[in-house]
Formats: sequence, structure tokens, C-alpha cells
Amino acid sequence: MFRIRFHGRGGQGMKTASRILGSAFFMAGYEVQDAPRYGAERRGAPIFAYVRAARSTINERGIINHPDLVVVADDTLVGMPAAGVTQGMDENTLLLINSHESAQTWGQRLNTRARILILAAQEEVEDRAELPYIGSRCAAAAAALTRVISREFLIAALNEELAHLNDEVIKGNRDIALVVFDEMATQADLVNEGVQASASDYVRPKWIDLPFERAEISNIAIHAAATSVKVRTGLWRTMRPVINYDKCSGCSWICSTYCPDGAINVRDDGYPEIDYEHCKGCLICVAQCPPHAIESIAEQVARGQENGATP
Amino acid sequence: MTRKLLTGNSAAAWGARLAQVDYIPAFPITPQTEIIENLAAWIDRGEMPARLVTLESEHSMITAAGSAASSGVRAFTATSSQGLLYGMEMIYTVAGWRTPFVMVNVSRGLASPITLESDHNDIMAARDSGFLQIHCATCQEIADSILIAYRLAEHTQVRMPAIVNLDGFYLSFTREPVDLADASKARAFVGEYDPENLQFRGNSPLSQAMAVLGGGPYSYFRYEMHLALQHALSVYDEVVDEFAEIFGRRYDMIDCYQMEDAEYVFVMVGSFSTKARDAIDSLRAAGRKIGLLRPRLFRPFPQAQVRQLLQGRRAVAVVDQNISMGMGGVLHSEFATALYGASDAPLLASYIGGLGGRNISQQEFFAIADELQQASEREVAPPPRLLYTEEELTEMRKLQAIAQAEHAEIHQH
Repeated sequence: MFRIRFHGRGGQGMKTASRILGSAFFMAGYEVQDAPRYGAERRGAPIFAYVRAARSTINERGIINHPDLVVVADDTLVGMPAAGVTQGMDENTLLLINSHESAQTWGQRLNTRARILILAAQEEVEDRAELPYIGSRCAAAAAALTRVISREFLIAALNEELAHLNDEVIKGNRDIALVVFDEMATQADLVNEGVQASASDYVRPKWIDLPFERAEISNIAIHAAATSVKVRTGLWRTMRPVINYDKCSGCSWICSTYCPDGAINVRDDGYPEIDYEHCKGCLICVAQCPPHAIESIAEQVARGQENGATP
Repeated sequence: MTRKLLTGNSAAAWGARLAQVDYIPAFPITPQTEIIENLAAWIDRGEMPARLVTLESEHSMITAAGSAASSGVRAFTATSSQGLLYGMEMIYTVAGWRTPFVMVNVSRGLASPITLESDHNDIMAARDSGFLQIHCATCQEIADSILIAYRLAEHTQVRMPAIVNLDGFYLSFTREPVDLADASKARAFVGEYDPENLQFRGNSPLSQAMAVLGGGPYSYFRYEMHLALQHALSVYDEVVDEFAEIFGRRYDMIDCYQMEDAEYVFVMVGSFSTKARDAIDSLRAAGRKIGLLRPRLFRPFPQAQVRQLLQGRRAVAVVDQNISMGMGGVLHSEFATALYGASDAPLLASYIGGLGGRNISQQEFFAIADELQQASEREVAPPPRLLYTEEELTEMRKLQAIAQAEHAEIHQH
């Protein structure tokens, strides 16, 4: 059975990617299961989707814990624990990253036994949640790396899964997907089908007898204050609002009041300050600021500047 | 045969469409909403001649479905979890009206704490209501079960509403190959809705004995519902035989896998049972005689069939994806009841797992099989087990540290 996971950000089309690949497998005569993992399915937030394909009925269900192929649409997710990109990877896993950087660089960064391949990233776009064609590119790359899906089935699957879009958009996706397919078709590293767990040689689960604990401990009360601070929703941001204090009139309330996440604080001097650990980059503050003192810049550009790189 | 990839929710919508439903009272709730969205889109495009109405709550929605069925139209609705519980007063009430309609429940764990993922405590809460219950394990089964459920619910010897249950996420948002029934064959199989004496019409006044005082009349009506459900067992067999003849797919009230020579048995309902099938394949490869028994029909409960299928087996593990606080697994209790007093009854072990979508790993199935074998050798059933691992408790401790769960205790001492 092929077990394939797609990781990306909300908006990048990972559910669509899983459906394109699922349909292509199905056309190639495989039994298929594909599903997105919903949770915080919001623009920019890390999400994933998965595909199982086998020659016989698929009984396995739920999240893929031991992936044969992991496709990452946005390389900023690789090092983010909440995205779970590297979860369950082993020496059988092929990791395909859409990146400007090389496999060697990623190999040095990641302590992994997985084999790493690069899907050469296209020209950078301002808002990463809008990476064009990335869903189709990821699906095409995965299809090629399995070596069991033909160009024709990929085209048919793209047509079917994108049928709600206009012809020009579908053609754009198809053209770019086929370039990736042809490129990946020459790769020597392939996806290996994983095996089923063996009942004669298995690691016994570390079951415990859950101890009884008094209600003071075992109820759902949260005694600590502001625990939501620990959830760094700023990682979802693909566009960053930046305050130009030369223009800010210090009205002291409009941007902070409109912020749906309470991520803008007003300092003692009456000026606002954005908490980038938690700002999700919705840009409502940019739209609301009366003197237009808040502008938006691409998150990866902002991070590059912070790291001293030239944008 | 034209199979296509459909989510469980799409398969449910297709089931309603193929059953030619007339009226769909609706209220959204995750992970069910996609069913209603599918139906609404078809109706909007003129592909499905039905009326969809959004109500202000599940309580009203279930009332509307029951009322519509009383007035002579075929009704369909869907809900999940908290929505099912919010409508619970009317679940019991419309069952007493003896109005046949089909409701899909997309199983999801209950608050508190609230969750989005699946377990069966929601559907178990409707267990004693009078609704027939069919539990699905695949997307194919969902589409087919809705057709079967209409036939069963509307049968003149039954006349009770039905719930078709499917698991949230594991089926609702998961695409699998589904062979949709041919529309004209489905129409012929389900037939026309014939509401008989339930038909409320302006020109032929009719009222219901909504209230009765005194235990005699009350008991009569309640006993009759129970007898109708028991009667549904034989009707179910007739209906699925006909279904198999027309569509080539068999849906026995109890689905058996590798049961012929099985000495050990997993008992499960719902989509997690397919995980058990995988485990059985691996265990069989290792020389173990083990099988799966999965009740599809949960209400009425096929007691006699369970007893007959399990007599002579060595040990049975009932894996419940629900928990009755202070008692344990609901399915386990029902199986114990079915087997009580049977000669040659197997040892019966209880496992609870899969709450809030928690995975049950292949290794856990293997370990359960090992425990069954040991129990059989010692001739005593193991104590009930709440599936939980050391790793899970460690993760829980980290969360408790963040929540400062020890705070309350510090203040006490």
C-alpha cells in the first residue's frame, strides 16, 4: 500500500492535491482512500491531507503514522513542530520539499533517516498562502514518484478535480503539473510501498491502568492564566502588518479594538504594538487604521530582514 | 459498475437523493454539514426535486421531519453529537408518533470537554428511543444503508424512524470508492412512500393521543414500539435479501469476517472495525484463529443471532468506542446479556478505546488477541481495560502542568 501525506498551509490546496492524486490512483486501477485533516483549517495555518492506495480493499483508517512519501508545499513548515511534517518518518520515507534550497541543506538541518528530494520552488510570491499551482505541482510530483500513474491519468484527474474552475485556470494547472511530472519521472529515488504490521513480531503497546485521581486534579479546570499565549498562532501568518510610527496618530484604540485576536497592545505611551507571536496576519488593522499607518509586507521578506538577509 | 470516489458525507447525500426524499429539514453541525450542503446544491440546480428548509435548532428540525412524515412526505435529515443531544426530547417524541423517516448521525464525541472527532456516545444516547439503528463501516455501506433504512422504517409491520450512523472524519471526510445504485433500480427498491393512516390532511381531520394518563394505556403504546422493533428483525432480513438480489451487495444484520473457524473474536461497530480486519489478516498469517463480528443492525439488537454465532468460541473481546460512566462499554453489556445462560458461552472481555477519535493501533489489536488467548488458557476473563498508554499519560501530564492542575491541591493543604 502507498501511504502519502501532503503538508501545506490553509489556502495552498493540500486537500485538492490529495484528491488529484487519489483520483489518478483510482483511474490507474487502485483502491483509494483520501482525506484532509481538518482542525484549525484557516488560511495560513498548517494543515495536511493524505492518500492511501492499494491493489486490494483498504481497511486501514485515519492519520498516516508511517508515511512512504511526505510532500511539503511550504518549506517554512518543515521545522515547525505543530505542523508535524516529520512525524513517523523513517528510512523508508521519501521527503519531497518545495524549496529554493538544496537537499543537502535540508539534510543537514533535519535529523532524519528519510531520503530527501527537492521540488524546485518557483518564483517567490508575496503571500505564501497563494502559492500558485502548488497543489497541482505537489500532486503531479507524488504521482510521478510512485511510477504507477501515467501522464494520461494525471491529466484526467486534474480535469476532474479542478472541473469547477475556468478552462484557462485548469490549463494553467495542467501545463505546470506536467512539467513537474516529467521532471520527477527521471528521478532515481522512488516511493516504496510500506508493509503491513506483523502480528508475530510486534512491540507491545505500553498500556497502563489509568490511576483514579480526585476531581481537583482530573476536572477540566485550567488554573494557570493566559495559557493561550503558549499557542503561537503567529506561525500561521503569511502577511505581516507593520506599524509606521511616524504616521501613527496614537489614537490608542482603533487597531487594537478591531484586532480579532487581541494581538495588538497599547503601550503606556498610547501607541500600539503588535504581538507577532500571536498575530495571524488577517490585516484587519491595515484596513481599519484611519491615517493608514499600518502596511503589510510578506512574512518571508520580513523574516529575511530580521535575519539580516537582503530581501 | 461505475464506482466513484465519495466522502461518507457525499455518500449519505446520495443515499437520500436515490431514496427520492421530498423534504429535508436541516441544521448545520460539524462533521455533518457537508451532507446538507450537497443536497442544497442539487436542489438549487434543479437536479433533485425536494424541499430543503433550514430550521433554528435540531429540536425543531427533528419535529419538522416527524411532522412531515406524518403528513405524507418522505423526510430526511442529518445531525451529529451535540445536535443529536439538543434534539433528544424530539427523538423520543417522534418515535412515539410511529412516523417513518431516516436521519443520518455522523458520530462525534460529546462535551465536556468538547471535541470534533468521533466516538459512539452520541448515538448510544439515542439507543432506547425507538429509532432503528444501522451502523456503517464504509462509505459504500452509507449510501446503501439509507435505502435499506427507508424500506425498513416504512414497512407496514415496523413503522418506526431510523438512524443511519457513520463515524465523523474516519468516514465523513474520507473519500472511498462507492458504487452508487442505479437511480431507477433504487426508486423501484425503495418504492413510493405510503403513509397509510398517518396521513394528516385538512380534509380528513385526525389527532394524536399525545398525552395519556394512567399506566395501562401508556404501557400499551410503549410495549407496541418495542414489539415493532423486535418485528423489524425479520423484516430486515427480507429487505436485505431483496437488496442483495437487485444490487449484488449483502448487508446481513451481523457482518462476519473470518468467523467460520474462529476461536477468538473481536466485536466492534462502525468504521474502526475495518482496522480489526487488518489485524485479523496479520493474526491469521501468524496462525491465529480469530475473526470479527460486527453488528450492523444495533436496534433492534440481534440477540439470538449473537448467541448463535458466539457459542463454542473460546474468548471474545468487545471493543467499545463509547463509555457508560460507572458501568463500562455499552456493547459489552449487550453482549453479556445476549450470552447470559447460554451453554458453551465464550469468555467475554471488555476493552474501551477510540474515544474522541483516539486511534486503536494494530499492535493494540495484537495485544488484545494475546490477552484473549491467555484468558482462555486460565479460563477466566481479564478485567475491563480502558485503552491508554504510558506515552498518552506523559502527554497529559504536560498539559496538566500548563494548566497548573495541582493548583487546587496546593490551596487545600
